[in-house]
Amino acid sequence: MLMALLKRDLLLAFRSRGDLLNPLMFFMMVASLFPLAVSPDPQFLGTIAAGVIWVGALLATLLSLDLMFKSDYEDGSLEQMLLMPQPAMLMVLVKVLVHWLVAGLPLAFIAPLLGLMLGLPNGGFMPLVLSLLLATPILSLLGAIGAGLTVGLRKGGMLMPLLILPLYIPVLIFASSSVQAGVQGSDYLGHMAFLGAYLALTLVVAPVAAAAALRISLAR
Amino acid sequence: MWTRLKRLYHKMGSPKWFYEITTRWSKWFMAVGSILMLTGVVWGLAFAPADYLQGNSFRIIYIHVPASLLSQSAYIMMAVAGLVGLVWNMKMSFVVGKVIAPIGASLAILSLLTGAIWGKPTWGTWWVWDARLTSMLILLFLYFGVIAIYNAIENDEMANKAAAVLSIVGSINIPVIKYSVEWWNTLHQSATITLTKKPTMAPEMFIPLMLTILGFYCWFAVWVFARTRNEILFKERKTNWVKKLLQNGHKKTTGAQL
Repeated sequence: MLMALLKRDLLLAFRSRGDLLNPLMFFMMVASLFPLAVSPDPQFLGTIAAGVIWVGALLATLLSLDLMFKSDYEDGSLEQMLLMPQPAMLMVLVKVLVHWLVAGLPLAFIAPLLGLMLGLPNGGFMPLVLSLLLATPILSLLGAIGAGLTVGLRKGGMLMPLLILPLYIPVLIFASSSVQAGVQGSDYLGHMAFLGAYLALTLVVAPVAAAAALRISLAR
Repeated sequence: MWTRLKRLYHKMGSPKWFYEITTRWSKWFMAVGSILMLTGVVWGLAFAPADYLQGNSFRIIYIHVPASLLSQSAYIMMAVAGLVGLVWNMKMSFVVGKVIAPIGASLAILSLLTGAIWGKPTWGTWWVWDARLTSMLILLFLYFGVIAIYNAIENDEMANKAAAVLSIVGSINIPVIKYSVEWWNTLHQSATITLTKKPTMAPEMFIPLMLTILGFYCWFAVWVFARTRNEILFKERKTNWVKKLLQNGHKKTTGAQL
């Protein structure tokens, strides 16, 4: 049943390519705003590249979170999914997995390109990709809570960042400091370990909370 | 003991009982809180010795530390109230959680403002991106999120439950946020008070601080009770006991308008 759901959601995602590409294009545009706004000096850009890329990734994820439950909510299939014999949190987990595959993983692939454009020093590329691979699932997991809480609301788009961004801050700190550590040539595995631990924590907590949030949103 | 606690819990669930008992409690909390605050503040501002390093500017500690402490414990109280509401579906608990949110947020703002005022003479700047300051700011953001969700959802029951979920998730995250920023960057002096160690301050500075902290807690209770009573009156405005209460005026319930 869950496999069928996974297949269906992936198929739906790939049928609407616009939704798939929009966050990626947004990611690239945000990153290219910084050289225009701050300074095109490569030396300077190299020092802020890690932070810029990570902030861009956060914002791009926020944009795509709306897609996680919205269409299923609108056509009523979300209610049917909550009625499935499988626990609702597993259903949420499938949704999160699809969101990550569609919106999180591509960020990790495109980030090195942006790093190149922003003059990220060589040591930073490996931790940048690794931290994105490890931490974008966290963004999807925590985002599921916000998406679940705001799914029934007309003005949910503005509310979601308010709810979710404070929870994203640890990810931002550890991820961007891992890239900084890589740039300075020091060991970044400690930061990765923290991201891994945070992933484990959110993997346990977020699906339960998101399932509860969905039940509340659909209770009307 | 257990049955008494259980009975108290069931009584707490009744808005009428809660209204009446907190009306009586409020007076006591108000009196005790005022005495504690007055003695603490006067002692701290006028009689406590000046700090050998920071001079007189340290005296803002008597507002800053209680506000910071209380805004953090208020968040935990809000999350616990939300948890109780979600698990046992207790309506009064949701009401308490709802009224705590803006109070906690204003305490966080007070803490940030007094911290900035304290920071200017000691660090030479209003704001630094230091661990404590940043995590306090994030706490304020978490409060903003909870308040925003109350404003966004019109259905009361749904708003209460959604805010409860959010505050519980936030409270799980608070230690993570706290440690992440603490390892990231720090300048703030270390904690003034820890439960396990003897205070590092001189007793004549420390005792007034304890008094103001306790005073803040008392006034926090008064504030929460007053706002909860307001909510109860509004929610129960169609019931007989509220109508009767309003007809009788506020003869018996002085302080209800607070």
